Amino acid sequence: MLEPLVDTDGAPFWQYAAQGELRVQTCADCGEPRFPPRPCCPHCQSFASEWRPVSGRGRIWSYVVPHPPLLPDYAERAPYNVILVELADAPRIRLVGNLVREAGAPLDSLDPDRVRVGARVQVVFDPATGLPQWILERS
Amino acid sequence: MAGLKDATAIVGIGQTAFAKHLPEDERTLACRAVLAALDDAGISPDEVDALASYTMEETDEVELAKAVGFGDLTFFSKVGYGGGGSCATVAHLAAAIATGQATVGVAWRSRKRGSGPRPWKNTAVQLPTPAQWTRPFGLLRPVDEIALLARRYLHEYGATRDHLFNVALACRNRANQNPAAIMYDRPLTREMYMTARWISEPLCLFDNCLETDGALACVIVSSERARDCRRAPVYVHSAAQGLPAQHHGMVNYWNDDPLTGPAWTAARHLWKHADFTPQDVDVAQIYDAFTPLIPLSLEGYGFCARGEGGAFTEGGALEIGGRLPLNTGGGGLSEAYVHGFNLINEGVKQLRGTSTAQVPGASTCLVTAGEGVPTSALLLRT
Ligand SMILES: [Zn+2]
Repeated sequence: MLEPLVDTDGAPFWQYAAQGELRVQTCADCGEPRFPPRPCCPHCQSFASEWRPVSGRGRIWSYVVPHPPLLPDYAERAPYNVILVELADAPRIRLVGNLVREAGAPLDSLDPDRVRVGARVQVVFDPATGLPQWILERS
Repeated sequence: MAGLKDATAIVGIGQTAFAKHLPEDERTLACRAVLAALDDAGISPDEVDALASYTMEETDEVELAKAVGFGDLTFFSKVGYGGGGSCATVAHLAAAIATGQATVGVAWRSRKRGSGPRPWKNTAVQLPTPAQWTRPFGLLRPVDEIALLARRYLHEYGATRDHLFNVALACRNRANQNPAAIMYDRPLTREMYMTARWISEPLCLFDNCLETDGALACVIVSSERARDCRRAPVYVHSAAQGLPAQHHGMVNYWNDDPLTGPAWTAARHLWKHADFTPQDVDVAQIYDAFTPLIPLSLEGYGFCARGEGGAFTEGGALEIGGRLPLNTGGGGLSEAYVHGFNLINEGVKQLRGTSTAQVPGASTCLVTAGEGVPTSALLLRT
């Protein structure tokens, strides 16, 4: 499986994720969150930023179910789901991820028929990779 | 200020054969397409002094100029963002010629996408941003990235797969009239579409463009000079690029409104400088790497309101005789996928009256580049 090719701006996101925390880059001056991480704030042009914890709750804005041809590791798991999660705390930030049965489960662990636009989801973290994953929020 | 309006014209077009595999290399194909376009225009290669192509073009200006015998070049530019750059190549040349920086411009694209590698398979050269946010989770290919927008589009507006089929069918029907098209002798039915294998749900095989080897070129000169050329001039009436504020390209998921993309930005500029409106467009060549780009573009360029792009395709609207005949050579879906350059040349054929699926009396044509990436567009007229 592909690992994130991390750049300077994005590195803190992955460091927090490895500690089991979902945080987003936020302007330290005007408070606007932004994604993907980048050097300065498009609202106030400040270069000061902080990494603010978010609740890890969100809703599925959209999703796809890829089928081959795919890279070999992914073809083995296909068809799997890829979801786009709109964060409850910052609706303009939509994170790409996978809806799984439980933390650490593979990206094809849930029947694609169970994925719905608008479904409420909660972040979990894969103990092996440190990557964020998503599970259906219990209603 | 004089501006670009009708200041320049396309006076020559050229293309190679299109196929899944052509034996010649990209450089040779580029030379053939460029020389064919110059021959069509009746202009000698040594008169060419301006070039424009895509940043993804592998044959550079030096190689092309030496190979075909161009004169001294005083303007050359390359446009980024893959298929988003197609119309901008013509726009850059039009601007250069209208402002006196050059007199004869050639735009071209040569690509062996049919027999060459799929770009998404090369994981070594991916940019760190935004790929780190998408690819580990299996959002690997352009089709996956656009399917994510397509799913939301269908959900939010109640559009259906039948609407996407209408797009695929219109392109295929036109290809069935075009002997140069890859899909010339391969009709498409609704049953074939609805039972086709998935590529990235909700998109199936027929929602995806072809993978093609081929090259195309066109020649642009001032309108004054165009009147003395071999072919009737096709005027560049209006031209625009579009990179909206906070847009991200392909994975445009991080702003207020991901479903209004670069087409909206390009369209505002395009129509502002035009003497006619969407209602006056006789035929459209709209970038179709994936079928959902058509309803998105129909909305962006103002042919219908937001959310109505799916419904617009109903009742044969995109067919010959319909409200807006679309991609009359077959487009990227069914003629050839050469980063949209075939759409430019087909627009010229329509306004010359020489298309294989001619719209009677066509005098205005919209040509667009890729939606979902920083884009460009042209209004052509007779
Ligand atoms: Zn700020």
